[in-house]
Amino acid sequence: MTEIFGVPIQALFGQLMLGLVNGSFYAMLSLGLAVIFGLLGVVNFAHGAMYMLGAYVAWLGLDGIDVLGTHVQFNFWVALIVGPLVVGLVGVGVEKLLLKRLYKLDPLYGLLLTFGLALIVQGVFLQYYGSSGQSYDTPEALTGATNLGFMILPNYRGFVVAASLVICFGTWFLIERTRLGSLLRAGTENPALVQAFGVNVPLMVTLTYAGGAALAGLAGVLAAPVIQVTPLMGSNLIIVVFAVVVIGGMGSIIGSILTGLVLGLVEGLTRVFYPEASNVVVFFIMAIVLMIRPAGLFGKEK
Amino acid sequence: MNWLGQGVDRTGKIAWIAALAILVVAPFVGVYPIFIAQALCFAIFAMSFNLLLGYTGLLSFGHAAFFGGAAYITAWLLQEKHLTPELATLGGVGAAAATGLVFGVVAIRRQGIYFAMVTLALAYMLSFFFLQASFTGGENGLQGIERGKLLGLIPLDGDLALYFFVLAVFVGVFLLVLRIVHSPYGQVLKAIRENEPRAISLGYNVDRYKLLAFVLSAALAGLGGSLKVLVLHLATLQDVRWEQSGEVILMTLLGGLGTFAGPVVGAFTVVGLQNYLSDRAGAWTTVIIGVIFVLCVVAFRKGFVGELLAWQKRRARK
Repeated sequence: MTEIFGVPIQALFGQLMLGLVNGSFYAMLSLGLAVIFGLLGVVNFAHGAMYMLGAYVAWLGLDGIDVLGTHVQFNFWVALIVGPLVVGLVGVGVEKLLLKRLYKLDPLYGLLLTFGLALIVQGVFLQYYGSSGQSYDTPEALTGATNLGFMILPNYRGFVVAASLVICFGTWFLIERTRLGSLLRAGTENPALVQAFGVNVPLMVTLTYAGGAALAGLAGVLAAPVIQVTPLMGSNLIIVVFAVVVIGGMGSIIGSILTGLVLGLVEGLTRVFYPEASNVVVFFIMAIVLMIRPAGLFGKEK
Repeated sequence: MNWLGQGVDRTGKIAWIAALAILVVAPFVGVYPIFIAQALCFAIFAMSFNLLLGYTGLLSFGHAAFFGGAAYITAWLLQEKHLTPELATLGGVGAAAATGLVFGVVAIRRQGIYFAMVTLALAYMLSFFFLQASFTGGENGLQGIERGKLLGLIPLDGDLALYFFVLAVFVGVFLLVLRIVHSPYGQVLKAIRENEPRAISLGYNVDRYKLLAFVLSAALAGLGGSLKVLVLHLATLQDVRWEQSGEVILMTLLGGLGTFAGPVVGAFTVVGLQNYLSDRAGAWTTVIIGVIFVLCVVAFRKGFVGELLAWQKRRARK
């Protein structure tokens, strides 16, 4: 078998693929964080909890749950719509009831509020479902693997990467290339002026938060078949995503997507060549980037 | 007027001496000394955090790294190296200060919300180290730590002896923080909190001030963690986790950010609440802590002491 630096090429590509899958989740989550931060000035600590919520919606849907007396059961494809919808609605509630009160204050309070929310959501799920992982079956159409010649690609992993790329670039297009997006960007710069032009800015803010949350929920649904669904899956991920955001800088949409994907790959590579460091390599990179370019790779100094 | 906050005038001194008197008498009137000692450790932790957020305006979301890191080092020095408790504590504090220096150099490159994220990430990294390192006992942590003899002479096995040792250290830390905040150095820190560009333009090397504040705060947080090992006989992964970093924020916020008494009041409240809930609410404790967090941020931002001060101010104006 061919080897690169003493590592079988199959294993190398396998880990790179896994890294790319993780990178897809980093990209989707940091993208949502960046969009929310851009318009609301809130660093959404609850992003991890929303990702976890999305995964649980999928898992509960497959198992079947009783909602208001009716038995609801749905498969993966329906979950791809229901998950983000449920999480998005939660986002609407959070913004309308809580975050709204904090916009005039230091952004630190937004972080603290969403931290409290993350504790609540995580605690409730721990109480009901315990901390052990639940597995979610890969949807039938995506089971199996394709031999690409140089590696064997599990179909579902390929699907996750492709889907997240579509979602990320769709979001980029929506924000950078449509009228709605230009309003959003204008709202980031000067909300009062945009409001004066007759745009319903508070509604836009609510929908932006809900949209970012829905993105996290969608990432959660996509993640359900590749990882163990546990109440703690979000809190572990969100800290890595924060590091990704610090590395990339929250200023640019493309920046957060690229940083997410690349850091996933770097993590995959580390897992091949120096597995002990794979959990912390992102944080090392963060420290180095901060020393060289404090504003982040794509950020602008203010 | 501001008797629990900034200047310490006569009423303030009386209040503090009364509080100290209560703490001295408490174990003799049936209050469990280990509980108060534990709360005092967390009060030191919260005071260290308040020094940074309340007086310098830096939100560290990774303060558990110093608290828990020092706890591990102290526990290891006591158990494996058989050092006396004061030396083991100093070792823990030194380790926390060194960690603080490294974290600080990296983190002060960014401000505000980014500072919080960077400290959180660095602390998370450190918790991986403590999970995987050979001397920390993995998921179990280090347990059954003997307290040893203070200075090699006074055994701390008795809960009362330990309690008064912790109380003495607490009073020392309190006076030290008071001294720091009222020193010219403390005034510069406040200036940085209020208006950083202005402080820079006045010629202060802001980064160096911030770094020193960070290292001091880390060392004090470490002191809290080291003492906690003596009190509870253990150092666990729980102490370095991000939930712990969140808890110290809650203590400070609930008690009153940027006030002297706030972190102490907050620490007693949260530790008391946790002790009360642990038998009754089990896993719901996290949820309740989260709810208090949310309520505090939405409707009770000044905290107990802050509200009290504001009420006093309103009354004085009438």
